[in-house]
Amino acid sequence: MSSTLIDERTAPTAPATGTRWRRLLFGRDAAIIALLAVVWLVALFAVPHFNSPSTLYYLLEDIFPVLLIALPMTMVVITGEIDLSVGSMVGLGSVVVGALVQGGMPFGTAAAVALAVGAVGGALNGYLVTKVGLPSLAVTIGTLALFRGLAVSILGNRSVTGFPQEWKDLAQSRMFGSGTALPSIIWLFVILAVVFVTLLHFTPTGRATYAIGMNDEAARFSGINSDRLKLGLFAATGAISALAGIWFVLYYNTARGDNATGLELSVVAAVLVGGVSIFGGKGGLPGVIAGVLLIGALRSALRLADVSSDAINVATGVLLVVTVIVPSLVLWLGRVRKALILGVRVRSGAPGAPHREEEL
Amino acid sequence: MSAVTAPERTFRRRVADLIKRRETSVVVAIVLVVALATSVNSSFAFGRDGWRNLLLTPSLLVVLAVAQAVVIISKNIDLSVSAVLGLTAYATGEMFTAWPSLPIPVVVVVAIAFGSGLGAVNGLLVSRARVPSLVITLGTLYIFRGLGIAWVGSAHIKPSDVPDSFERIGIASVLGVPVLTMVAIVVVIVAAFVLGSTRPGRELYAIGSNEEAADLYGLRVQRRVFFSFVASGTLAGLAGVMYAARYVMVDSQAGSGLELQSVAGAVVGGVAITGGSGTVIGAALGAVLLTTISRALPIVGVPDFWQQALVGALIIAAIVLDRVLANRHARRLVQEREPNVEPAEVAR
Repeated sequence: MSSTLIDERTAPTAPATGTRWRRLLFGRDAAIIALLAVVWLVALFAVPHFNSPSTLYYLLEDIFPVLLIALPMTMVVITGEIDLSVGSMVGLGSVVVGALVQGGMPFGTAAAVALAVGAVGGALNGYLVTKVGLPSLAVTIGTLALFRGLAVSILGNRSVTGFPQEWKDLAQSRMFGSGTALPSIIWLFVILAVVFVTLLHFTPTGRATYAIGMNDEAARFSGINSDRLKLGLFAATGAISALAGIWFVLYYNTARGDNATGLELSVVAAVLVGGVSIFGGKGGLPGVIAGVLLIGALRSALRLADVSSDAINVATGVLLVVTVIVPSLVLWLGRVRKALILGVRVRSGAPGAPHREEEL
Repeated sequence: MSAVTAPERTFRRRVADLIKRRETSVVVAIVLVVALATSVNSSFAFGRDGWRNLLLTPSLLVVLAVAQAVVIISKNIDLSVSAVLGLTAYATGEMFTAWPSLPIPVVVVVAIAFGSGLGAVNGLLVSRARVPSLVITLGTLYIFRGLGIAWVGSAHIKPSDVPDSFERIGIASVLGVPVLTMVAIVVVIVAAFVLGSTRPGRELYAIGSNEEAADLYGLRVQRRVFFSFVASGTLAGLAGVMYAARYVMVDSQAGSGLELQSVAGAVVGGVAITGGSGTVIGAALGAVLLTTISRALPIVGVPDFWQQALVGALIIAAIVLDRVLANRHARRLVQEREPNVEPAEVAR
């Protein structure tokens, strides 16, 4: 902190250009992007076939639902809430599409109904969290079971297959002809990413999102309609999860009750790996997108290196645990260093010890 | 501030309190479900098998719900219990195959200690790194389950792998009560005593109500939280041994999904997810209610598939009810203190 006197009456201004650059270069977004680059480079040299276009294609298709859902989930977590029901909503969305198409409805209409179901389900989460005032963790554990239960009850243990080819092409085809790397469907992600990055990083709504995460009550007093924003974010998360469900049906050509079981874990892991604080108020979309790609690259590289899929799950878990404890570790090391310099013994956990000055 | 005199504990007041308790309503719900299912098919509760299953089936989830209650009361959560159960269940069978001469009690103790060790990993990460337990145990759920699959692969424990005497524990009854049910009851009694009447237990409630205040008061928050996770790992390990004895067939997916059911059981039984309130007995009764409902559904003609949706609806109903009751209680307390304030101003 600088030692210059600060006039309290002056309005807060943007930080000096130097600070801004430092933030950009040494922030968590930059760290996670650098980590992604390192993993990618190592994989390119060490893992055979990692540089083939098909690898990138399957990598992107494999993590596509996570990419989509991570966008609204990032904003939900920044407000200090969480949504664990997304995986079940992907399942419910795909089952709704499957059941309606089987019942003779055209695919487009069925998809629209599924999107509406997603928005309503998400709004139910949002209503219980904001209007009833319940913790989102408990609510969405409940709806995780509820949505999955509905999905499983609608189709039982049947599965629906045989969707129209022109729709399937939408999810399965490649943008520049066969053998190239980019899936065509990536445009959907690009559009949504532009919308969400703009919303979070360049609009008052985005600033309000951070303000709520920092201090919900203070945000309310400064005139932010916290409830409405959270409700909207939960509804958006539900709708986009259902969208991912529709994609799921088309890409894998099957609608089943247990589609995308456990996907919520991957999404939450990606968002946290991407540098968003679980306590809210911190993080950004560039880091999260890099985090999703990091997990995708890691999985893809391990798979190509013939590591079993279970070990890949272990790697995802380790990555999640390590990224969340690193900030605490850095903080602790900083305390130890300061204590060594000052010659004071560190007693972590003692009352009054400054270990909570920054909750990460 | 004047001292508030405690209301007189008259008999009527005690009865009224008892009726208002969450545990009472859960018991009523269990009785209703059992009565309904029995009226459709009398073998649900009567007959040798019906009676045994009625008592035996919930015992596993009861132990897990108690484990979950211990951590939820201190405002944490342990999502890795199901993976710990899977690992210890497989370890139990594996020890019998690897060292057939090992006496059963040794195997049981080692398997439970294995669970404690896994719980200690959670506890260390949560209490030291000061990261929410939701995130840590989500990670360790992945890690433990992944390690389990890597270790077990497509192999599984078969009934021929375990000694007959161990297999019999899973089905044996003493005086009409299955042994595993007795184990669960002992766990509930011990945990209820520790949480209700000992210092470490009461401190967990204090930590769950307000961690910062507990810290300022001088409670050793980190240590208590650490040991609450060791306890939940230990109980999950015990549940793993029970799983091995009850089902004998153990594969790499043993117990998957039970983490949510254990949370559901505790929450339905009145353990608030926001920490600091609820009882172990409530959590155990919640678990009994959930298992009994899912066993009763097919009998009253509802397909199995609806069970999960019902569990979800029950969780939501339970937390909404908790919130409504807490609000009403808070409003009444404020009104007792300041009778002139309009109730509307008290809300929120």
